[in-house]
Amino acid sequence: MSRRVGEPAGIKFSQIDKKFGKLYALRRVDFEIAAGECVALTGRNGSGKTTLLRIATLLTRPTHGEVTFTGATGNVLPTIGYVSHALMLYEELTALENLRLFARLLQIPKLESRSMELLEATRLAARANSLVRTFSRGMKQRLAIARALLEEPSVLLLDEPSTGLDTESATWLTSTVRVLRDEGCTIVMSVHGESELSRLSTRAVRLDSGALVADTRVGATFQSVFAAGGVA
Amino acid sequence: MKFFSDTAALLQKEIQAEFRSHELLTTASIFILIVIVLFSFTFDPTSAESKQFGPGLLWLAFLFSASLMLQPSFLKERTNDTLSALRLAVGDPFAIFLAKLCANTIFLLVTQLLLLLVFAVFFNVNVLSIYPKLALVFFLGSFGVSTTGTALSAVSSQARMREVLLPILMLPLLVPVLIPSAEATRALFEPEHALRWDWLGILIAFDVVFLTALWLFGEYLLEE
Repeated sequence: MSRRVGEPAGIKFSQIDKKFGKLYALRRVDFEIAAGECVALTGRNGSGKTTLLRIATLLTRPTHGEVTFTGATGNVLPTIGYVSHALMLYEELTALENLRLFARLLQIPKLESRSMELLEATRLAARANSLVRTFSRGMKQRLAIARALLEEPSVLLLDEPSTGLDTESATWLTSTVRVLRDEGCTIVMSVHGESELSRLSTRAVRLDSGALVADTRVGATFQSVFAAGGVA
Repeated sequence: MKFFSDTAALLQKEIQAEFRSHELLTTASIFILIVIVLFSFTFDPTSAESKQFGPGLLWLAFLFSASLMLQPSFLKERTNDTLSALRLAVGDPFAIFLAKLCANTIFLLVTQLLLLLVFAVFFNVNVLSIYPKLALVFFLGSFGVSTTGTALSAVSSQARMREVLLPILMLPLLVPVLIPSAEATRALFEPEHALRWDWLGILIAFDVVFLTALWLFGEYLLEE
């Protein structure tokens, strides 16, 4: 499939099952995310959040069901930015080399200036030429977020993006996600509990043992989704 | 065009990373050096025996060192899940394979051509006059080894016994590379220094068949 930059796109999960051996990681997950929606995905460890996000990136194939992108037409996909729990960075390359490599693969015009712009935004410009293996976990996480934003994605999938971030970086991430949300980017982020970041979401979806157990929009029941158990 | 620019970007990354760490080249070179020295001291071959058995020994050492060199090819992409980042960024997953197999061929070839000189000293074989012809044989052999090894590295990196699986899968499959490579090298050690195109033809056919298979089915090897 080819790519299209910047078009708003929604995500439709249709009867998704995912099995690893005999274990169900996801079971009959069926819901739709509208273009421009900001969704917080919550649930206990092992509830299937990461698996669902990987299925949304098309990196993992569901055992049953399918994921489609609404708003995408014909043989085209929306541009997807993905921040995984693993960092998806080359430790033996510098921060700038990492961004330059992915910018080149994604055919970003003016890749050098775009890479530097993101390094400055993530406060890594001073360490642009340092090897990633010398970075702290928080710095690596900021660089991973910068990599996901290279293409100005129309769908942004964030798997526990606040992991390892200090207060200042977490504030930067929150403001970045707010800007992207306001620009119409579709955002799905897996979060643990309520936070500044999760409060940006306009909808909360809770998974438990691979099944969707709660799905609520801003309103009376919204906060309860983040509590253990969530609403039914 | 995107396919070729992706391949070039990834090849540059592979070479950049290797020349920064020297992990693969150092490991493979030391391994081949040890094998050559040990065989030389153990058997103390005459010049005639060197020409008879040397090529087989040399190619066995190359194959075992290749299994060491190719093992991390995809395994290191699993460490930080960089393989997922590549799959999201490239247009055609074959670009990932092509870049890796080109890089692996270059690394193998560099190691072979350097250690050939050590082999020449220990086994008393004059290789300087046939160096370009040997380079051709080594290139075709290395390309076959890299194509098969890169594909199997992708398979073994997802398996539970990943550390031992690659040699077990790769070495039997590479018999059709080992025999023609050793025979073509042996022919070059003869006084006529002839390029045996019958053996080289087998190598070329092997390379084409496995490269085509990788192009057709490689995408499935990267799936989770």
